[in-house]
Amino acid sequence: MNKEVLKIMEKDAKATPEQIANMTGLSVDEVEKTIDKAERDKVILKYKTVINWERLGEEWVQALIEVKIQPQRNVGFDAIAERIYRFPEVRSVYLVSGTYDLAVVVVGKTMHEAAAFVWQKLATLESVQGTVTHFLLKRYKEDGEILDGGGEKGRRQPLTL
Amino acid sequence: MSPRPVVRSKRARGIISRRVDSLSPSGIRKFFDILSTIEGAISLGVGEPDFTTPWNVSEAGIYSIEKGYTMYTSNKGLLELRQELVRHLRSRYGLEYDPDTELLITVGVSEALDLAMRSIIDPKDEVLSPDPTYVSYGPCTVLAGGTFVPVPTTVENDFKVKASDIEKRVTDRTKAILIGYPNNPTGAVMGKDDLGEIAKIARNHDLLVVSDEIYDRLVYGVEHTCFASLPGMKERTILMGGFSKAYAMTGWRVGYAAARPEIIEAMTKVHQYTMLCAPITAQMAAVEALRTGETAVKEMVADYDRRRRVMLKGLNDIGLACFEPKGAFYCFPSVKVTGLSSEEFAEKLLVEEKVAVVPGQAFGESGEGYVRCCYATALSDIEEALRRMGRFVERHS
Repeated sequence: MNKEVLKIMEKDAKATPEQIANMTGLSVDEVEKTIDKAERDKVILKYKTVINWERLGEEWVQALIEVKIQPQRNVGFDAIAERIYRFPEVRSVYLVSGTYDLAVVVVGKTMHEAAAFVWQKLATLESVQGTVTHFLLKRYKEDGEILDGGGEKGRRQPLTL
Repeated sequence: MSPRPVVRSKRARGIISRRVDSLSPSGIRKFFDILSTIEGAISLGVGEPDFTTPWNVSEAGIYSIEKGYTMYTSNKGLLELRQELVRHLRSRYGLEYDPDTELLITVGVSEALDLAMRSIIDPKDEVLSPDPTYVSYGPCTVLAGGTFVPVPTTVENDFKVKASDIEKRVTDRTKAILIGYPNNPTGAVMGKDDLGEIAKIARNHDLLVVSDEIYDRLVYGVEHTCFASLPGMKERTILMGGFSKAYAMTGWRVGYAAARPEIIEAMTKVHQYTMLCAPITAQMAAVEALRTGETAVKEMVADYDRRRRVMLKGLNDIGLACFEPKGAFYCFPSVKVTGLSSEEFAEKLLVEEKVAVVPGQAFGESGEGYVRCCYATALSDIEEALRRMGRFVERHS
């Protein structure tokens, strides 16, 4: 599979097969086939858009929750992780090293909603031994994108030799 | 009492030295002035990366200031940086330089070139150099008192300079061959065999080779050959390189020269009296660039390569024939199909379609009929510029 095609699409999902063909020197047909195959093989999971909701004044909260787990025989952390990631409020779940086991990112419309999820759903699970909830106060960078535009940016001289 | 006149009335001689007076001003001043009045113009006329310096490199510079590294360095430059460079040149090109006697940190290749010329040129010595070529080669030669002898190159040979064309112009005043590959403005590169032919001439006629390799990391699908790495050439070569293009560090102003001890000693003498040292912050950042910048370089090169393909295909599609440039970040298409000179083309294109390119003639006689288009520009701007240029070519051919 041509990784160059995927790298271009990872940066810009809207790049057309024609544009990608021009950038890589492949034919449009080859590019289309690569994308088709990547979609079928679940190498491309989906296309989504990074939206800066803060700019629209949308109110919503995100919390990072440290979850300490009692692992279960045979399935380790996987079963409880699945139990957790199926909740629609849960945006990301990571198994991490260190003083706790799962890092869970939860989103809610209000702080109350997010907190309620933690105490009603998460903390009550049998193998969950404890949780520590951190509400996110400001998003600076998400998935490699700087949300405030990175502030002032240097500009080149328009003509140089 | 009236103030004393500043200019003495020796009208026969102007106040500007003949040598400096003889230099022609930069060929792009006029375009710069027009460009600054036009809104919505797209410039393909830049000569530097559109990336900012990788953050870890910038951060190392900031940290060094915080730590109080704000003073002069030794004339030769930070030992740490020279040592990193020795490792770098060894691992990339198999070269062995002594950091104490064979390396000098300079304020970019620009300064290194000036030092090299002033250190090796006596009045009337001749320097042979491919044409078209970077704009400062001629003036630096002239300022050092030498005579600049352009060696024409053509698109038929992908703008590589032919050894036979160099040899034809060798006289007993010839002191050095000055080359810059990957080339600005053409994007041409010269492989090992091509350069080997030049090495032969250097050996046979006992010439020095001054090699500007500032674009060494920006090659696409080919390997860069460092001139000094050719058999027997380290002794004859003044190798000049830097950080500006590979690490997107143009504004930091730091580069280096590597050559045999007597040459570096001479260059250091000039450097110590005229520049003292390269900025310490830039030198600190350069150390970090050499240590950790490799991933960033590879990513930037991959990105340039995509845009290179888009521009190359786009130019050929709209009828501006362009050979495939395998280095730097320039395409050098012919504009002969329009019947315009390269300067007319650039001027009309800017006024009519708001796209700035640099007339090839600014880089020497052999650049006439071509324009330099820089693809270190946002992809969307390249695509829009190509659309505008397409319209322009249609109208003018």
